[in-house]
Amino acid sequence: MTSTTASHAADLVAALLFILSLAGLSQHRTSRAGVVYGIAGMALALIATIVVAAQSISAGAVALILVATAVGAAIGLWRARRVEMTQMPELIAVLHSFVGLAAVLVGWNSYLEVESHGDAQTRIGADLLGIHHAEVFIGIFIGAVTFTGSVVAFLKLSARIKSRPLMLPGKNALNIGALVAFVALTVWFTISPSLPLMIAVTALALALGWHLVASIGGGDMPVVVSMLNSYSGWAAAAAGFLLNNNLLIVTGALVGSSGAYLSYIMCKAMNRSFLSVIAGGFGIEAPSGGQEEQGEHREVRAAEAAEMLAQARSVIITPGYGMAVAQAQHPVAELTRRLRERGVEVRFGVHPVAGRLPGHMNVLLAEAKVPYDIVLEMDEINDDFADTSVVLVIGANDTVNPAAMDDPSSPIAGMPVLRVWESEQVIVFKRSMASGYAGVQNPLFFRENSAMLFGDAKQSVEAILHTLGSDGHHGESSTGRQTSLAGR
Amino acid sequence: MSADAPSHHPPQLIGVVAESASGETRVAATPTTVRLLLKCGYEAVVETGAGEASGFDDQAYVEAGAQIGEAWNADVVLKVNAPTASEITRLREGATVVGLLAPAQNPELLQELSQAGVTALALDAVPRISRAQSMDVLSSMANIAGYRAVIEAAHVFGRFFTGQVTAAGKVPPAKVLVAGAGVAGLAAIGAASSLGAVVRATDPRPEVADQVRSLGGEYLPVDVVQEASTDGYAKATSADYDRAAAELYHEQAQDVDIVITTALIPGRPAPRLLTAADVAAMKPGSVIVDMAAAMGGNVEGTVAGRTVVTDNGVTIIGYTDLASRLPAQASQLFGTNLANLVKLLTPGKDGRLTVDFDDVVQRAVTVVRGGEITWPPPPVAVSAAPAAQTAEAAPVEPEPERPRLTPALRFGLIGLGMLAMFLLVAFAPAQLAENFTVFALAVVIGYYVIGKVHHALHTPLMSVTNAISGIVVIGALLQIGHENTLVTALSCVAILLTSVNVFGGFAVTRRMLSMFSKG
Repeated sequence: MTSTTASHAADLVAALLFILSLAGLSQHRTSRAGVVYGIAGMALALIATIVVAAQSISAGAVALILVATAVGAAIGLWRARRVEMTQMPELIAVLHSFVGLAAVLVGWNSYLEVESHGDAQTRIGADLLGIHHAEVFIGIFIGAVTFTGSVVAFLKLSARIKSRPLMLPGKNALNIGALVAFVALTVWFTISPSLPLMIAVTALALALGWHLVASIGGGDMPVVVSMLNSYSGWAAAAAGFLLNNNLLIVTGALVGSSGAYLSYIMCKAMNRSFLSVIAGGFGIEAPSGGQEEQGEHREVRAAEAAEMLAQARSVIITPGYGMAVAQAQHPVAELTRRLRERGVEVRFGVHPVAGRLPGHMNVLLAEAKVPYDIVLEMDEINDDFADTSVVLVIGANDTVNPAAMDDPSSPIAGMPVLRVWESEQVIVFKRSMASGYAGVQNPLFFRENSAMLFGDAKQSVEAILHTLGSDGHHGESSTGRQTSLAGR
Repeated sequence: MSADAPSHHPPQLIGVVAESASGETRVAATPTTVRLLLKCGYEAVVETGAGEASGFDDQAYVEAGAQIGEAWNADVVLKVNAPTASEITRLREGATVVGLLAPAQNPELLQELSQAGVTALALDAVPRISRAQSMDVLSSMANIAGYRAVIEAAHVFGRFFTGQVTAAGKVPPAKVLVAGAGVAGLAAIGAASSLGAVVRATDPRPEVADQVRSLGGEYLPVDVVQEASTDGYAKATSADYDRAAAELYHEQAQDVDIVITTALIPGRPAPRLLTAADVAAMKPGSVIVDMAAAMGGNVEGTVAGRTVVTDNGVTIIGYTDLASRLPAQASQLFGTNLANLVKLLTPGKDGRLTVDFDDVVQRAVTVVRGGEITWPPPPVAVSAAPAAQTAEAAPVEPEPERPRLTPALRFGLIGLGMLAMFLLVAFAPAQLAENFTVFALAVVIGYYVIGKVHHALHTPLMSVTNAISGIVVIGALLQIGHENTLVTALSCVAILLTSVNVFGGFAVTRRMLSMFSKG
């Protein structure tokens, strides 16, 4: 066993561990073991690579590696510990951008090592040189698109730029044009590699990534984030081709295809074509709105809502992005506990694209210690609304819009939605009568069995808790997030 | 508009009249719904004996708060069926009459109503939008009729519906075929399957398959590509479809014991589903209930309003009054729908009926206003207006159903893909070929490995894949220290960035997972 064969063996084991990790993450029971497999695989891969690399580089370079890793690790762990669960989408978008940027840097390095020496280089065999040229370009292209795409997604998610879709004239032509230009540049570079071409392709890909995500509206961010996740995997795989490293290829492909599948699930949930998502700019239907079904809405106060809840047999809560914005998950969890103590059946109905990240609502509810077995998916709960006394719509809008089902001219027509209106009573927590992200008026608000509870979702829920508490078991509404850590 | 009275006027009088049509057992308001009308601020008068056939005596109406007396000269007259010519003369000028008027079929009726100078609201013209569901009398009646159709069939059918194993031998379950899974069809499916029969259903709209299943039926698809319905009603079908459907019906006719047909196309004669030959192929003792009898029938040989027995012993029931055969239930639902309409027309709850033509529902039901015929309503007002939409809409249209790939095309595409992969690897240099093999297999594994991911774990899964994609650090590790300082510097940056990813990603995943707890 030489150090090279050992490193190959380590690569294989690491790849298998990554597969176990992803498989483990699919189910609650195995999820924690999944993370352990992932960490083990990553540690093995890193150690094996560093040990092999250390044989051919100077001690200074090894020290550099260790310092860079340590600094990165410190930053990463610090952010991971400090991040608010409501800010997960932004964090994940930033992390994606890092992978993209790293892939670009690896591509450039590879150019500097090989192509920049012209015919004098000895690293790559003559027969593989053409392929290497193409691989450099593909790697940089995917990496750069991921990088700027993730940066834009981050800026939109953190509200640093407007989340409205950017509408350049001929946007599809721009995207296709960029792809055609990329192919042309790749062919040119394969024939005669040069520095200006490298710069050109990098700039082109950066611009394309920016434009792709900028043309997508904020409401579609769950799909975008998941798509960028996939892209970051493909970027890693491209780097693997470039460096002839199987571990990179396997891992990148795993992440790429699992991310793509996840995006596909999201797309199905929004009734959108997968292809148009990958192509970007599928948010164009956002404006318009056609003839509105206006009407009169009914308002309730927190005290009345509390009374309805106290008398309810069963309650379903459908959270949306508004709950995250208002940070209302803790009072909502407290309300859930309180109602369950009174013998009310409380469940959550989560739409696949609620929030700004796939599964965002689940994470927030888990943070607030809502048991995950009462948090159900749309398909699991949709038939139960008809037997439900009260539905609380907290910060959700488009995902509970009946127009998606019965108004074929609606921009969100055909998107599966939570059929909250089938219940006896719907209470909608909302700040105002403004329309949702898709810009569509929601006929739900004007239904006979709907009532609006205006105000900040957190304050509204706390007010309900207060009313419930004054005649219930608990005196005050404890919403602290560190309340029950002991014993877990 | 000058007729709109200010709100301090005295409340209007609502009259509930007795039905004159023979065999009609329903009434336009029950004591329960009279209370709802009074809540809107009206006064109510009920004609003597109006509710008798439905089992509501005059006393019950008095207890609900209505008077008993002459109802025809009220301000608002509620009825089930359209008024006759002589009844129209009894209406006061300027009065409003509400009932099932079938405006499309009865142009003369509209003429007479307009000459009488009244306002007429057709309950059967309520548009099929969700907001108007609470007033959709046709759905309510169809629901009752579907249930009753099963009961009528069971009454005539000489056997059990449910299968039994008894000391006297084994009894097979009855097989029921329901043609058309609209409201009536679904009600029939539910009723028949709850009696224990084996229920099958056909419908040209494939999207109803789940509804059929939810009620315990089996959906029999007709294997021809069909457009999805855009307005909630079934459409006329294509020739291909009809041929395939005819075969299906012929096959089923020989097998099933009971057929209930519900197929109606608005404003047209009912489509013929079963021919005389199909009926002749059925077993003796079988029963057909043709719920479309009033519109000509889905079955050859149906006589509207009658029961006929064919030469081979098949009973064809063509009753057109199925809903009226459940009078108390029908009146209750009809009355509630009607009360909901009155509620919509009384926004001030002040007992003054107003018709707002800007509202789609109110516009659609108003067929005569103050003596002026206002039927048909402008088509654009109905929510499903696909023609107007395609004209002005953006290129990206939500399509209710995408055309599926035919098997040949799918195999062709897969074949082409495989060929492309084959050529790519066959002609590539050895190293690339090896890389490509690994790549392709990993893609497939990645797809399957998360195939059953739990929805709650989407975010943790994403953050762990993100951490794992930090593996790109290996690229930078392999490059550092070999070349000039520029390469080393760039590698250093890459290592730093991806380390943030790797460590941050795993740490945040662990943090998230530790929060998930089972209750």
